[in-house]
Amino acid sequence: MLDLAEKNYKWQRPHLIKNSTRRWALLAGLLLYLVFIFISLDIDIQRIILGLSRSQRYFADFFRPDFISRWDSIVNGIIESLTMTYVSTVFGIIISIPFALGAAENISPKIIYYISRAVIVISRSFQEVVIAIFFVVVIGFGPMAGVLTLTFSSIGFLAKLLAEEIEDIDKSQVEAVRASGASWLQVMIYAVMPQIMPRFIGLAVYRLDINFRASAVIGVVGAGGIGTTLNAAFDRYEFDSASAVLIVMIGIVLIGELFSSYVRKKVE
Amino acid sequence: MQNNNYNWERKTNLRIIKELIFWSAAVILFFYCWQIISKLTMWPFVYDGAEQAGKLLSRMFPPNWSYFPELLSPIWDTITIATLGTMAAVVFAIFVAFLAAKNTTPHPLLRQLALLIIVTSRSVNSLIWAIILVIILGPGVLAGIIAISLRSIGFVSKLLYESIEEIDKNQVEAVTATGASKFSTLIYSVIPQVFPTFVGTTVYRWDINIRESTVVGLVGAGGIGLQLNESILGLKWPNAIIIFMMILSLVFLSEFASAKIRKLII
Repeated sequence: MLDLAEKNYKWQRPHLIKNSTRRWALLAGLLLYLVFIFISLDIDIQRIILGLSRSQRYFADFFRPDFISRWDSIVNGIIESLTMTYVSTVFGIIISIPFALGAAENISPKIIYYISRAVIVISRSFQEVVIAIFFVVVIGFGPMAGVLTLTFSSIGFLAKLLAEEIEDIDKSQVEAVRASGASWLQVMIYAVMPQIMPRFIGLAVYRLDINFRASAVIGVVGAGGIGTTLNAAFDRYEFDSASAVLIVMIGIVLIGELFSSYVRKKVE
Repeated sequence: MQNNNYNWERKTNLRIIKELIFWSAAVILFFYCWQIISKLTMWPFVYDGAEQAGKLLSRMFPPNWSYFPELLSPIWDTITIATLGTMAAVVFAIFVAFLAAKNTTPHPLLRQLALLIIVTSRSVNSLIWAIILVIILGPGVLAGIIAISLRSIGFVSKLLYESIEEIDKNQVEAVTATGASKFSTLIYSVIPQVFPTFVGTTVYRWDINIRESTVVGLVGAGGIGLQLNESILGLKWPNAIIIFMMILSLVFLSEFASAKIRKLII
């Protein structure tokens, strides 16, 4: 307040970090980190120049997408991806519900809580591709490995977000239903479910979207879907076909996004 | 309600019928899809799967601890890819987000362009970007960083532009009324409102990117994915389990750190 009395006072935007030494230290640390990284990056300029000149041909192909010569493979890949996406999302939803109930602190016993949380952490920690490698090794190439992969990673995602939703519910409704003499199952159906259903449908549709996108990459390691087609195109340096695959994928993601925002608007 | 026999019901009859139709369609579609996948599956391999998985897990023990020091440099690369990739993405994403938000875009046509950038970036996974970039730039960390950032631009801009569209207009009007230029309006009224979302999104994306950057090495774009691929293709399972444990603890730490940062700032 003393400052205000001074004539030369000028208002300044408040800084994010009030302590000025700490602010500068953080900035200096960041700068040092960046400099260190850039030194250790070891960028090979000559390789880049070589690559750029070589890739000009490929880039030209990218702007001339070729839908025709690999059309059958693209269609098969897309169908495989879509079926994988749907089946694994359904499995993911069904399996995630018990884990979500187990991982909600307010309705589950401590032991079950920790077990469910552990499952969620493991499922969420590994990227889909890493899980896909594992399943391909175990059960062989093909869409089944993809289904298992996507199911496994859907469980962690859905269970975690659903558990958070259950932890946030209004307790008075649960008490009211319980006071009427309802059993555990009835409490779930009449007090818990109505509160989390809109959000759950939203999450499920969102996961459908994510699973489709992921189905495009797990094919790179042999777990089926459009990724197989895409990887084959890259391996043969057929960038015009690869570009066609990417365009089809972007189109489907776009349609999926419109669908999911429509569904979410309707239920929430 | 005048009817004395009125019983409360959760749903009206019409709604029950509608839901029944919807759910049966969903179930039929599920079995149809399942059939397609089943045809493409070698079932004997699947029946055998549990046993194979058990064998595989048993081969991982005892873990080869002497492999650990060799992994320190790749894991550092992985963190670098995630961090720099996020930073680069954020810088671009700010521009794209302001172009894409209805209330700050300079021109509707630019808005469509920004939305196209967002969709393209979000639809194509970082691993696919990495495949393309490795061909152009050669294998290495740089390809990984760019791949991660190309994938993140769409994510960060999408969440950011949605939050820009939801800002409180009164504050913008108040600043405009003082005679501020367009740029000052942006800095003094729009940015303070979206800042928490911005930081939250960035940290959240960084967290995701840590996970993503563990796999870009599979196609040669640097980081621990290269070692992972090597150990799995070479059937060196005692090495693979060390890598799995490192990824697990890295993800754990990053999740912890991002939760801390978000709590601190928001």
